[in-house]
Amino acid sequence: MTHIDEAPQPTKEVAPAQGREKKLPARDRATVITMVVVPLVLVVLLVWVPALLSVVLSFGKWNGFGDLDTIEWVGVQNYEDIFTIYPAFWPAVQHNLIWLGFLFIFPTILGMLLAVILDREMKGSRFYQTAFYMPVVLSLALIGFIWQLFYSRDQGLINQIFNSQVDWYGDPDINLWAVLLATAWRHTGYIMLIYLAGLKGVDASLREAAAVDGASEVKTFFHVIFPVMRPINMVVIVIVVIESLRAFDLVWVINKGRNGLEVIGALVAQNVIGEATRYGFGSALAVIMMLISSIFITLYLRTVFREERTR
Amino acid sequence: MSRSHSSAVPRSTAATMAATRRSVLRGIGLSGLAVGGASLLAACGGDDGPATGSGATVKFGINETADAAHQRLVAIAKAYEKESGTKVELNEVDHNTFQESINTYLQGAPDDVFTWFAGFRMAQFAENGLITDLSDLWPIEGLNDSFKQASTAPDGKQYFVPISYYPWAVFYRKSVFEKNGWEAPATNDDFMALMDDMQGKGITPFAFGDKDGWPAMGTFDILNMRLNGFDFHMSLMAGDEAWDGDEVKLVFDTWRKLLPYHQADPLGRTWQEAATAMGKGECGMYLLGTFVVDALGENGEDLDFFTFPELDSSIGSDALDAPIDGFCVAAAGKNQEAGKAMAKWLGSAAAPDAGNSAADAPFIAANEGASTETYSDLQKKSAEVVGAAANIAQFMDRDTNADFANTVMIPSIQEFLKNPDDIDGVTASIQEQAASIFG
Repeated sequence: MTHIDEAPQPTKEVAPAQGREKKLPARDRATVITMVVVPLVLVVLLVWVPALLSVVLSFGKWNGFGDLDTIEWVGVQNYEDIFTIYPAFWPAVQHNLIWLGFLFIFPTILGMLLAVILDREMKGSRFYQTAFYMPVVLSLALIGFIWQLFYSRDQGLINQIFNSQVDWYGDPDINLWAVLLATAWRHTGYIMLIYLAGLKGVDASLREAAAVDGASEVKTFFHVIFPVMRPINMVVIVIVVIESLRAFDLVWVINKGRNGLEVIGALVAQNVIGEATRYGFGSALAVIMMLISSIFITLYLRTVFREERTR
Repeated sequence: MSRSHSSAVPRSTAATMAATRRSVLRGIGLSGLAVGGASLLAACGGDDGPATGSGATVKFGINETADAAHQRLVAIAKAYEKESGTKVELNEVDHNTFQESINTYLQGAPDDVFTWFAGFRMAQFAENGLITDLSDLWPIEGLNDSFKQASTAPDGKQYFVPISYYPWAVFYRKSVFEKNGWEAPATNDDFMALMDDMQGKGITPFAFGDKDGWPAMGTFDILNMRLNGFDFHMSLMAGDEAWDGDEVKLVFDTWRKLLPYHQADPLGRTWQEAATAMGKGECGMYLLGTFVVDALGENGEDLDFFTFPELDSSIGSDALDAPIDGFCVAAAGKNQEAGKAMAKWLGSAAAPDAGNSAADAPFIAANEGASTETYSDLQKKSAEVVGAAANIAQFMDRDTNADFANTVMIPSIQEFLKNPDDIDGVTASIQEQAASIFG
């Protein structure tokens, strides 16, 4: 009887959800509330408060000495300086974009190709899988060091073998590409593994059906398999965007993000971490980086939500 | 009633609720961890604050964790322990980490005495009240006026006790010079003739590497001191002169003319690689600090050096970069009295002696009374040259604002090395940024 009484009554009690929540025993309600509040507090404290404080700090000039009241508020001067007289900024933006484009084109396609080949279970595919994935396990700092052995102008392997004198890490026209190659070496394995997992998850009957219909292997891949892997493609896009925006470790290991290797992440670090303590200026750079990231995040979320709506 | 309610909850919801309980528990566990971690950290910073004098404890923060430099500091700490009866608690931090976290270190819970450098950055700490006034320890027997000056902040008080230093000079291989009949140049004409002769013999006159950004600062420093004088150099470093004036342009222009005598493509080469090139005889000379021997893996017996020759006779050649290492007492240190007592002893000849006799390689002691027995020939000569110098600079990144040196000068000098013909552009950019930083 009580059940029937509590059936939704759209006339007066407009919030049936609330009515149902009331049904939860006090302990469960407490659980739900804790479950919401604890992560909320963590996110607010660890993400939003620092982010907002960075925004506030970006309008000041402070070298980290003394209390917060020693901050000299300078309005938008930091932003003005960044856009007008800071020579490293525009190259950094450009390099981040090149990074993004490069990662999208080369390692992603190569990783996909490798995944398709390895998925055919040829002889020794396990070995190749491990070999291609190996760089992903290494830290970028270590990768920087490994490639230094190849790229060093006077003592490096590449110049020794080809008897050339190319200044791979020092020439600002070349070093970004040299670094991108090293990044790609790592990134390809990563993408490969994700696609490999995706391919394994594709229903085998789809391939059979395609084969029965007489589709070629290439056609099957592009018209059947690839569209089915849409969620995987989404994940890859997100990973590539994130990786290229936070590009930092490798250039930092090589030359602290100077001389042709400027990226925004490294500029923030140069100004804030380390001996230099331009907290206001560094925060302003970080805020700009945050804004750029949020453009991509918004685009991504919009696509995801639109997809969910159409589903 | 309540039973019927709970049975009304759908199965799937019940399952998620169970899951939420688990994650809540985990969340609580995590926050417990965080709290525990915080209290652990706090425990690390805690101190029982014993009495001063004999039987007391003094905390000693050092910026070395390996090699001879570490051996020396540990030996010095032990010797002080023996000498004074004060227990020395060592806090060893990796060199770069120490340097990069110095700000937060000094404003947090620093050790009583810590290793640091003379120069602008020391003065900056003094101005901000982060280090203790040590003027009542001065004068210290055996430390001459130039060391006292290097330990003095703009307020006229001393905040630093020096222990050692190393000069920047032009290093060369004795055997290479002998074989070619070369001699250390006394004048600029000799110098130019020497470099031309080297080039004629297929040897690059100067080894040069600036991948890390700071080594080329040494070249700027010495050229500026030779062309514009020590006083101008120091006031330029302090932000009181224009970077786009004729003086600085002259420095870059002279450098531009010297660049063809330097190894090409310096921006991809580390100083160690450049040192190796000099060591192998591919390059004739290398302008660097005495630590050049570290990269060669030898004791430096085949090395000699000369100071950069005079470029302007009205300026002379009696100034050079010779960074001084030493100690400060942290203002936030718990045991000020014990810290000062230790600093006083560190300035005496006994401290460098204790360090040098215990380590694989000695440093050059600041104190005149220290024994020179363990010195290599190179170090004996360094001591002579620095002793004879009228003015000593500390090196650009110690003589000027760290923000300016790291975020403006390193990229700007690298920009100049990439594009040496655009001196007006580089100096204008430096000036704009300097105006913004020095305010």
